[in-house]
Order: sequence, then structure tokens, then C-alpha cells
Amino acid sequence: MPQTVFAPWEDPGEKPLIQFRNVTKKFGDFTAIANIDLDIYGQEFFALLGPSGCGKTTLMRMLAGFEKPTSGQILLGGEDIVDTPPNKRPVNMMFQSYALFPHLSVWDNIAFGLRREGADKATIETRVADMIRLTRLDKFARRKPHQLSGGQRQRVALARSLAKAPKLLLLDEPLGALDRKLREETQFELMDIQEKTGTTFVIVTHDQEEAMTVASRVAVMDEGQLVQVATPDRIYETPNSVYVADFIGDVNIIEGAASQTGDKVLVSWAEGASPLVATTQALLQKDQKCFLAIRPEKITISAEEPEVANKVQGEILDIGYLGNISTYHVKLPTGHVIKASATNTRRIGRRAFTWEDKVWLSWTDTAAIVLER
Amino acid sequence: MRRLILIALPYLWLLALFLVPFLIVIKISLSDVALARPPYMPQLDLSAGLAGIKAFFSELDFENFFFLTTDELYWRAYLSSLKIALVSTLFTLAIGFPIAYGMASAPREWRPTLMMLVILPFWTSFLIRVYSWMGILSNTGLLNNFLMWTGIINEPLQIMNTEIAVYIGIVYTYLPFMILPVYSTLEKLDDSLLEAAEDLGCTRTSAFWRVTVPLSKPGIIAGCFLVFIPALGEFVIPSLLGGSQTLMIGKVLWEEFFNNRDWPVASAVAVVLLAILIIPIILFQRNEQKQREAEQ
Repeated sequence: MPQTVFAPWEDPGEKPLIQFRNVTKKFGDFTAIANIDLDIYGQEFFALLGPSGCGKTTLMRMLAGFEKPTSGQILLGGEDIVDTPPNKRPVNMMFQSYALFPHLSVWDNIAFGLRREGADKATIETRVADMIRLTRLDKFARRKPHQLSGGQRQRVALARSLAKAPKLLLLDEPLGALDRKLREETQFELMDIQEKTGTTFVIVTHDQEEAMTVASRVAVMDEGQLVQVATPDRIYETPNSVYVADFIGDVNIIEGAASQTGDKVLVSWAEGASPLVATTQALLQKDQKCFLAIRPEKITISAEEPEVANKVQGEILDIGYLGNISTYHVKLPTGHVIKASATNTRRIGRRAFTWEDKVWLSWTDTAAIVLER
Repeated sequence: MRRLILIALPYLWLLALFLVPFLIVIKISLSDVALARPPYMPQLDLSAGLAGIKAFFSELDFENFFFLTTDELYWRAYLSSLKIALVSTLFTLAIGFPIAYGMASAPREWRPTLMMLVILPFWTSFLIRVYSWMGILSNTGLLNNFLMWTGIINEPLQIMNTEIAVYIGIVYTYLPFMILPVYSTLEKLDDSLLEAAEDLGCTRTSAFWRVTVPLSKPGIIAGCFLVFIPALGEFVIPSLLGGSQTLMIGKVLWEEFFNNRDWPVASAVAVVLLAILIIPIILFQRNEQKQREAEQ
């Protein structure tokens, strides 16, 4: 049975849950969000990714209702919500600081939103019990927030924001305060919970690994603009700019001048060096400035000269040992330093290369991505 | 050893400056008035040895405390003091909380200045500040002159030498003691808590009652005690602004001491006052401790 891939953004008939239309937000002279158009679909796990100050938090706070756009429209299920106050929106937020009420117990924190809704006692009790089970907080229901660990607080915050069964859940750096191991576990937990509840999640993060792990689509932001919106694999494999390629994972960027024949591009990148070959769908002009982006894991490192489309020789400058892989920094005669990573299939004592070895780096003609900006 | 000294220091301080004087006051309250210097007896005569000490203790009695129950002046003064202290505490809270709230929501760079303005009156003598209220409230004072000038009233209002003047004086004097603790809890309040409350369906007003007020409770309690406790024994304000009409125990105490020169009865009044205050003081201590625990 063929599995249906969840990709509503590719179906032109699908109606987005959230639509940003020409949204601009200014704080005085500073433009935090510059004329953004964005569609987010129901049941998506959508990540807003970018460095601090790129506007991702502002974008989220506009969804929650804490900020009003200077101009433009925000539609939720087709209705403009710009003038709806936060307490009237079917949207809940999980705060970066968790913002748990210190004077209330875990149980009362989770019940807070339901009580404001005026739900009856029985409904509140079953709903809170469901949330407590979902986030595995059974043992802590009577405790106050200050009696909990960071991970437990994070789960209370999640349970509280899910209790009202919002159409849209916003998560502001939800795992930022957790240590690495717990963070990775919690990422999968979040995905599980998202799937179980079928709620649309929008997560703000500056951690590209986190965004790649949890999200169905990622929007990479820079200076108040969306640079690229795509699935994690497309962001990684086919970034649309040097900025995105560089922000997501490790990458080698080589600048050069293009000369295209069909879908093959020859890039002359240094005096006296033979041009590098890459394939592209784009049309580049003769001698147009362009960039080659090559991921370190797509570069093969060898002692003998290989028979591949692209090869360069250099000397090992540095080795980054990460246990499972090693990253070699290889200095070319042209002055470029290229990073190539190799899996450590053998024990470290038997490693084939060491500092100052002369090695060949090679990659195929499809490994590099041609970028125009 | 060093730890012992560290612990002993506050205790020695308490012993020398609180406990010993208090024991002396208790001793005087159990003595009889006498035309002598000091004006009470018995005096402890250590030269007579054990017999002298025995004679000394045999002469102490609770007569003065019984006397306090026979004259209705005293219990009326206690009750009236309690009422005045309680009402002024409520007024101080009603005025102090909005001020503290305004300070805490002012831009960060303004806060030290606002704080300074609250503390500034302490730079002038307390007595001078109370005297200047006489200049404002008296029948020919600033307030009455102003009101008559605007034509709101024809006859001067009698504020001076009434309880109203005492309330004004106490609220004015103790306002900073309310503002500062309330402000310090409000300032620590995380704004995202209010946003979270709004996000979960509260209006601005209900978020205030459900989040801001409960979280500033330790500050409110501390402020109330800091006003209530000294206001109960207040002497200067009622005697300068309250005239002869206002009955407060601090004033009675002063009169017993200096007008009647009846030190034993005055001491008995003081001991009873302290006994009344011990309950709020213990509650205050407990509140402080709870707050410290919550912050850990």
C-alpha cells in the first residue's frame, strides 16, 4: 500500500490555516518584519528558523496577538485576526520561560485556561487528566512549579497550552532551557504529541538541528524576511542561497565565474586551477559570478588521485574528531580551506590520514549546488 | 568557634538592646509608684544578700495590670488605636499599591528616579514633616485658604485636631513602607506570566486579579505589617495633629510617663501593647520566611 505523503503545500486545492498577507511590522524606525507572505497548513509542524533578531519571535507574537502588524493581514481559517485580542484567539502559546504561574499547582496551571472558558467541573477534570497523562505528569499534579525539574516544567507548559485544544499551538524556543540529551528526547516527544492531537504547531527556534528534526516545513528567516520556505531535506539539499546553505549544517562555499553548456556549469574559481563541474536547472550568463556549495560529507578524501569529475589536491591542516566522524580541513595551494568529513569506520590509531598529509579531495558533478546569491 | 561568634552576635545584640530593657520595663510594671528617684519601688538591694532579693520579689505584684482593666480609658485607647492603625493601613494599601504598580510598569530607566522620590521625604525630619501638615490642615492653613479662595466652602473645615488629621498624617508618613515592599514584588513579576494569562483567556483586568495580585501578596502583607505595627503605637502624629479628642494608646503612654510620672502604670501599658503586637509580628515573620522559601 503506498503511503500518502503529508504535503498539503503542494496541493493547490488545499486551504491554508494561516495566511500572512504583506505583513510588515515596525518598531519605531526598525523594521522587524518586512512585507512577508506565508501560508501555513492545518496539522503542519512548521518551524521558523533564524539567528536572534531575525524577526521570528515577532512573527510568532503576531500570531498570538501580543503584537499588531503595522500593515498587512493575518488570516486564521480565512478570517482576519489582526484586531482579535490574545484571549479571544483559538491560539495558545508555550513561552520560552514557560511562564508557569508560581502560585498555582501543576493541576491548577493546566486547568487555568479551561476555567477561564467557563467549562464545567467534570469537563475540566477529564481534560486536565488527559493532558497530565499525555505529558506523563501523573506524579506531579499536586506540586508547585518550583518543585519541578526543567524537563518537568517544560511538560507542564506544554500541557497547559494544549489543554484548551487550540487550533494552533505556538512554541517559542520550547527546548532552549533543556540540556542536549533531554532536548533530543523531547523533540521526538513533541512530534508524537503533535501527531496524536493533530494540532498545528508553529515552533520558533535558532537551532537548525531541532528545526530539521521536528518540522514538516522550515522557514529560514533573515533580517525580517523569509529567505527560503521548504521541507527540511530540500532546505539541506537544495538551499536557494549561500545564506541558507551556510545556516543549515556545514558547507564549503567556493566563489567563481560560470560558463554554462546545457545543464552543466563550469566554474573557474582560481588562477591556474582547472574549473569545477556542477549541474544546475538555472540559466547562468557567461562569466556570471556564482557560488558552489558542497557539503563536507559529499567530498571523498583519498591518497591516490581518483577518477572523478572534480578533484583538488591539498594538505591536511586540521582534523576535527567527533567520535563517529572526523572532519578534515584541507588547505589547497590556492589558499582555500575545504572541509571534508569521513566516517570513522576504523579505530583512531589506524586512521589513514594525519596532519600535513597530502591528500586528494574529490566530488561528483552532482554533489555541488550552484547558487547565484 | 568562628561560627559560634557569628551566631552569638545577633543574639547578644537582641539580648542587650531588646531583652534586657524589656525585662526592666516588665519589672517596673510590677512595681509601685513612689515619690522618689527613680519614681518607683522596690529597688533591688544586693547588699542585703539573699534576704534582700527575697524582699524585693515579694513586693512585686500585678496591681498595675488590674488597674488598667478598672479604668475604661485604657481599653478604649487600645481599641481606638487598633481601629486607627487598621483603617490607616487599608488606606495606605489603597494609595500605595497603585503607586508601586505604576513604578513597576514605568520604563526601566525611570525606576531609580521614582524610587528616589518615594524615599526623598526621609531626608527631612519626621517631626518637621508632621508640623508642616499642621500648616496645611489648620483652619487658617493652606488647604482651607485654597478651598475658600475657590469658593467651594465659606467656612473653614475643621480637619486639624480630628481623627481625619491623624489618618492623613499616618497614611502620609507610612506610605513609603507600603510602596517599597509591594514595588519589590511587582518589579520581580515576569511579564510573560501576564501574557500567558491573556493567552489562556484572561482579559487584562482578570489577569491582574488572578496573577498580579496573588503574586504580590507577600509584598502586600509585608507592607501592611510595616505600617500597622508602628501605627498602633504611634504617638507623635496623634498628639500633634489629633488634638485632645483623639485617643491613642501611644499618647496615653506618654501622658502616664511624663504628666503623671506614674512609671509603673506606663510600663504596664507598654507591656500590654507589646503583647498585642506580638501576634502580628509573628505573622509578619512567618510571611517573610515563606517568601524566602519560595524564592529558593
